[in-house]
Amino acid sequence: MKLLKELMKNPMSCTGLLFVVALALIAIFAKELSPYDPQAIDTYHILEAPSQSHLLGTDALGRDVLSRLIYGTRISLLVGIVAVGIATAIGTVLGAIAGFYGGVVDMVIMRLVDVMLCFPTIFLIMAVIAFLEPSIWNIMAVIGLTSWMGVARLVRAEFLSLRSRDFVLAARVIGASDWRILFGHILPNAIAPVIVAATLGVGSAILTESALSFLGIGVQPPTPSWGNMLTAGKDNIEIAWWLSVFPGLAILITVLAYNLLGEGLREVLDPRTKRS
Amino acid sequence: MEIITFIAKKLLWLIPTFFGITVISFTVMHLAPGEPMALQANFNPKMTPEMRERLRRAYGLDKPLYVQYARWLKGLVTFDLGRSFSPDRRPVWDKIKERLPVTLLINCLSMLLIIVVSVPLGVAAAVRHNSPFDHITTVLVYLGYAAPSFWLALLAMILFGIKLEWLPISGLHSLMGYSAMSTMEKVMDWARHLVLPVTVSAVGGLAGLSRYMKSSMLEVLRQDYILTARAKGLPENRVIYRHALRNALLPLITILGLSVPGLIGGSVIFESLFAIPGVGQLMWSSVMARDYPVLMGNLVIVAVLTLLGNLLADIGYALADPRVRKGIEGEQ
Amino acid sequence: MKGLLTSALIALIFLLPALNEQCVLAGTGPDYGDTIIVGSIGDASILIPMLATDATSHEIAGLIFNGLVKYDGDLNLVGDLAKGWEISEDGLVITFHLRRGVKWEDGVEFTSADCLFGFNLITDPKTPTAYAGDFKEVEKAEAPDPYTFRVRYKEPFAPALSSWGNLVVLPKHILEGKDITKTDFGRHPVGLGPYRLKEWKTQERIVLEFNPTYFEGRPYLDRYVMRIIPDPATMFLELKSGGLDWMGLNPIQYKRQTNTRFFRENFKKYRYLSFSYTYLGYNLRDPLFKDRRVRQAISYAIDKEEIVRGVLLGLGVPATGPYKPDAWYYNPNVRRYPYDPERARALLKEAGWADHDGDGWLDKAGRRFTFTVITNQGNALRDRTAQIIQWRLKQVGIEMKIRTIEWTAFINDFIDKRRFQAVILGWTLGQDPDIYDIWHSSKTGPKELNFIGYKNPEVDRLLIEGRHTFDREKRKRIYWRIQEILAEDQPYTFLYVPMSLPIIHKRFRGIEPAPAGISYNFIRWWVPKNEQKYIMP
Repeated sequence: MKLLKELMKNPMSCTGLLFVVALALIAIFAKELSPYDPQAIDTYHILEAPSQSHLLGTDALGRDVLSRLIYGTRISLLVGIVAVGIATAIGTVLGAIAGFYGGVVDMVIMRLVDVMLCFPTIFLIMAVIAFLEPSIWNIMAVIGLTSWMGVARLVRAEFLSLRSRDFVLAARVIGASDWRILFGHILPNAIAPVIVAATLGVGSAILTESALSFLGIGVQPPTPSWGNMLTAGKDNIEIAWWLSVFPGLAILITVLAYNLLGEGLREVLDPRTKRS
Repeated sequence: MEIITFIAKKLLWLIPTFFGITVISFTVMHLAPGEPMALQANFNPKMTPEMRERLRRAYGLDKPLYVQYARWLKGLVTFDLGRSFSPDRRPVWDKIKERLPVTLLINCLSMLLIIVVSVPLGVAAAVRHNSPFDHITTVLVYLGYAAPSFWLALLAMILFGIKLEWLPISGLHSLMGYSAMSTMEKVMDWARHLVLPVTVSAVGGLAGLSRYMKSSMLEVLRQDYILTARAKGLPENRVIYRHALRNALLPLITILGLSVPGLIGGSVIFESLFAIPGVGQLMWSSVMARDYPVLMGNLVIVAVLTLLGNLLADIGYALADPRVRKGIEGEQ
Repeated sequence: MKGLLTSALIALIFLLPALNEQCVLAGTGPDYGDTIIVGSIGDASILIPMLATDATSHEIAGLIFNGLVKYDGDLNLVGDLAKGWEISEDGLVITFHLRRGVKWEDGVEFTSADCLFGFNLITDPKTPTAYAGDFKEVEKAEAPDPYTFRVRYKEPFAPALSSWGNLVVLPKHILEGKDITKTDFGRHPVGLGPYRLKEWKTQERIVLEFNPTYFEGRPYLDRYVMRIIPDPATMFLELKSGGLDWMGLNPIQYKRQTNTRFFRENFKKYRYLSFSYTYLGYNLRDPLFKDRRVRQAISYAIDKEEIVRGVLLGLGVPATGPYKPDAWYYNPNVRRYPYDPERARALLKEAGWADHDGDGWLDKAGRRFTFTVITNQGNALRDRTAQIIQWRLKQVGIEMKIRTIEWTAFINDFIDKRRFQAVILGWTLGQDPDIYDIWHSSKTGPKELNFIGYKNPEVDRLLIEGRHTFDREKRKRIYWRIQEILAEDQPYTFLYVPMSLPIIHKRFRGIEPAPAGISYNFIRWWVPKNEQKYIMP
């Protein structure tokens, strides 16, 4: 509650938070909010500009863009949040262990991170998507599995510098177990960058999905995601601006909102950035 | 002296990492479904099974995987990356060589642009923390980050290429009359063509770096020695630019070292949009056509570049922060 | 013009340059000079026709190499490097009489030895070519003298003549004794066609320059430049900004984006049926599709007109069989499947499928009627087609799932291994009606092209007969019957034949759309001097 109050104090994080909540509501109530069936095809009314009957126009198959955008919220947010959840979980645990124990453990984990970081993500995603079909679950898993290294390095660096701090030494002296020190003492002090990275990550995952869609290996139609709507609209961007402008704005606003929220969270959570 | 042993150790570590990468790539690549095949929109009715078996044998794909890997590795030792599986059967290095410079040029330029813009931006935002300037620049850089890059690129093309007619839309240089230009004109011509791809690819990177810059600057400004420096009555500018900035630049080094594969991955999109004949496109088409030798060659190049980047980052870190060096040495 | 072509085919080649020269003298005719800039999504891979598998390579190689025969604008086979030929009574021997005095780029004369060399190369098991199939029917090839080339077939083979295009003519004096897979000939070809390769910057551009000694007379346009622009949206913007003279439009661009004053003043659009069709094919091994009534029902449930309207914006025609409607062997009288959901439901009911449990989906013996259709990624037209079909089948109670798979995996792991229920795909059509490889029951083996597993003894017999028959009327009757059977059996639901939609800058003259399209007379395109845009020093 206190956290919420602090977030609301800052105009930027307040805006971010409001948008994030609003988007979540749209995703949850997609069915109720959509004026049309997002899959309903009408070849007599293709590529119609925004009008009273279709507020955001229609796409190349005559489907209602607004309804697809609303359903797309569900898909895109899901991709973003789940992918980041996976990446953060893996990254935090591995980074914490590496940074805390050091030595051989650190070396092995960091070698793994190095190897993973040397692959261009697109190639890894490509190979995995070729194995599995590009269903949204696989895409989330793949984005998550290929984006944890940054978090791991962040957390490790944080642990590396924190593990010799006084409060850790103090905890050791009083005989706290390794796990307790790891997750009870150091992690809370290292959580700020993780949270910031995670909120930035939601946006980044949504952007990754749109990049994959651009390459044709993102969420596959007819399931609407903002990425594949944007890609489908790009070839006709000049005559059917509504096909690329609205999904583009949707991505823009969402990513921005998550990032502003992340910034705000950092201010509130990080004990070191607090002004006092 | 200790820095030299540190570098030597780091270099030695690169070797197993490098082989780890090649083994994993080779395996993943061959396990992925599909086989080398030219990309076609439709089937070619004249392509009989015997022909395809013949192609398989010509590529050595009928041999067990470890034999293929050993063969590839043997070539690598003599810096021979093999020949492409595409019908032209050109040596892989030839194919990469003619494309690498363009990709490196664009990525270096855009990296430079990112640093030049985001370091001062981050510092200024940290110094004026929570001011309207801080808020506005935050929103602006995040806007740049939040826009899908290919969308931004298209909008920029329409605005600057079609509506305003200021800049060319695609390609590296003019098609006609290029050879008749003087060197100066050629440079200008290249510059005009590169403005859009470099700027658009830099826009997305501003947020990341300026945010890191700001937060590490904020952290440094709160350190004891800065407080001490301030307390000693040193001028504020001197405190910020001499003492604080130097330490705040540390995380930047790591970020830059890490961004090599990401940039090359991102090149796929920019190169295909702006019709730039670079490595990103080559890599993408080799994945799609399962042109294993070309793909392996590309991965090796990217891996080498990345490992070098990481090495430089590590060295930079060690040079700048004796604690890290000591810590790492102490462990081993 | 058409009468001229059909009555005096070979004369045409001599006639046209002569006519043009007269025009030039009179001061009204074609001018030399200027450059055409063509946009292409993909780069060429290799400029040796027998090794190339992609359309771009064939397009460029087609301007550098000639064949013994070629198709003219009306799709008649005419002589190219061969000025004539004879086919023996029994149809087993073809004797080509070659043109004299044709020179390779390096000045060496072209002879029958070059044909024999090319033939030996394409049939050499070590040559990685995809086109050896037709040449395996040849029993013996020989070059009795420098201007005669003779081939003997094991059996009469109707598509024989058409196979002697530019696949097999290569300069023996350059390539003999070399490993064709390792020479750089494919990057630096030496040809004898209307253009020569001047520059090839990978993934950037290919520049061709006219061949001053071309045997049909030098082409009017000095240069042909192909720019490689991988993204279709960028390519269109580039066209608009004046960077391209020629590109293929998609239906939306054709209908909606090119009607502005700018385009009317600067460009001319063309349209003609392309040599391909798109279909929904059923894996006939799947119990779901064994029953012909089910396949027919699905055909009735799909509104082809709607697909042509929605996906092609009217720029195409519904397909009724494996040929395009303007081919001489096309049978217009086969059974058709107009959109009729009632009829579809009735047929399905006959086959035992009805909504017994009232959940909106058809079922039979407790199992819901559901199947997955696969198609290749990155083809927007096929994507949209699949979505329209999905929508229509839903209305008769059939659940269709769509899965798009990236091309190489699509072929190797799904089509080749028969791991699919239904597929949306296209076939490129040749000029010859022979479709043995696609429909004969002997071609259902692994990796073979009858991947849906179609078996019909009568079709089998007719396909073989068609291959061995030379008489056009007799062949036509054979292929008409095949079309009737296929229409009845519906192993595919034949969907549509799309149109090719090129747009070309207005300054180019001499473009004459014909059944073969527009590029058949490319070397006769020209630009008036005062309109020329790219003046070469």
